[in-house]
Amino acid sequence: MTTYRAVVVGCSAGGVHALTTLLAGLAPKLHVPLIVVCHTGSEDVDMLREVLALKSSLPVQEARERHVPQPGTVYLAPAGYHLLVECDGCFALSVDARVCYSRPAIDVLFESAAAHYGAQLIGVVLTGANDDGALGLKAIRDHKGMAIVQLPEDAVASAMPEAALRVAGADHVVVLPDIAPLINHLCMP
Amino acid sequence: MSTIGPGNRPDVEDIELDGFVRALQQRHGYDFSGYAQASLKRRLQSVVHSGGYQNLSELTGRMLRDDALVPEIVSGLSVPVSDMFRNPSVFAALREEVFPLLASYPRINIWQAGCAHGEEVYSLAILLEEAGLYERSQIYATDFSDAALLRAQEGIFPAKEAHTYSENYLAAGGQRTLADYYHSRYERIKLDERLKRNIHFANHNLAADGVFCEAHLILCRNVLIYFNNVLQNEVLGLFRDSLVRGGFLCLGNRESLDFAPAAKAFTPINAKARVYRLAARA
Ligand SMILES: C[S@@+](CC[C@H](N)C(=O)[O-])C[C@H]1O[C@@H](n2cnc3c(N)ncnc32)[C@H](O)[C@@H]1O
Repeated sequence: MTTYRAVVVGCSAGGVHALTTLLAGLAPKLHVPLIVVCHTGSEDVDMLREVLALKSSLPVQEARERHVPQPGTVYLAPAGYHLLVECDGCFALSVDARVCYSRPAIDVLFESAAAHYGAQLIGVVLTGANDDGALGLKAIRDHKGMAIVQLPEDAVASAMPEAALRVAGADHVVVLPDIAPLINHLCMP
Repeated sequence: MSTIGPGNRPDVEDIELDGFVRALQQRHGYDFSGYAQASLKRRLQSVVHSGGYQNLSELTGRMLRDDALVPEIVSGLSVPVSDMFRNPSVFAALREEVFPLLASYPRINIWQAGCAHGEEVYSLAILLEEAGLYERSQIYATDFSDAALLRAQEGIFPAKEAHTYSENYLAAGGQRTLADYYHSRYERIKLDERLKRNIHFANHNLAADGVFCEAHLILCRNVLIYFNNVLQNEVLGLFRDSLVRGGFLCLGNRESLDFAPAAKAFTPINAKARVYRLAARA
């Protein structure tokens, strides 16, 4: 069985609600970091961080460049920057052009994380109204990582999970309440 | 000797990246070995794509024999993405907390490193003008991309950005309206030529070149994020050596100095705006 080392999550429209549900269901002793890109369009993610921290069973932080993601912690990409996982496993930021009209972009996080974690990565695509994340999820699958996509019919905005399924396919297509238990199970030590 | 099996084989793309970086350095003198790899890889992929190459190895091969490709590659690797008065609160902090202290110098030298298309340097010029400090200021705006410098010198931006720029300007504490400083024509805005009178554009590569001037303020935002810890530290050392005693350094909003010993020379004076001051030299 694969030992997973990280979970990356992408969402946009409807994402705050979806993340709240997801984070509330995670095991408090999760052995991996959960790294999140959520398109918000706001100046910073302080508000988002506070809202999510209320219900989350794990601490929620903004990802800091050059720092190593720690197990059992949720990281949010800072507003206005792409978040990447460097070849040494540390976080890196960039202000390169928007991808899918977005910065941070899910594809950028997923592709860099796939290159670093290889098969030991789980990618999750949740609700959203554009197709960011589809190519990223494909990169994860190309590296033999695990892909989880929210059932489009279950998503507030179905475009993002649909695009992910079309471009990358998935190992699991599930409703929102089932995603946290699935991650808990896959990441059991 | 360790054997390479299916489990520990380095990625093809990582090997190609290594080869490219070495070729560019040895043949053309541009050193990207200190750059953070993940984002460098992404940018190279798009250079490969837009140039119609099969893969990075093909580009490397061509580049080794064709000098003419180099400027295009460098401009493809540079990220001249910026805004006027990007993060307005930072410009407000400069205006309120740094300018009053700069005002005590008879002549003010400012170095803006990594000037992209000039968005920030013109922003700075406008605020200095309004503070009555521009006449005695010299601003050195540098970048390692000649293509970016050419654009910066023109001072022309898409008109669709004007709305955001104007809002940013006001949020930064601008005292007039931004429209006082530009003319618009054909979906472009062109900044007032007079803003350029004390700006000097020059090519300077932070990864290779030395002290550029003796500065009272260095603005280098969102450039060090592209460097690994070693190069970041070296460049911070370069800034330390370029600043006058008590000089100011302003970095990007999300930069972390936690792994740079050279950062010890700087004391934060506004941590949120990432404004630092060089402690008196020992
Ligand atoms: C993302 S832009 C930052 C623009 C602006 N300072 C801002 O924060 O909005 C980065 C700039 O740094 C320049 N740059 C990258 N590496 C450099 C180097 N080694 N020396 C000088 N400039 C460099 C790029 O060409 C680009 O214009």
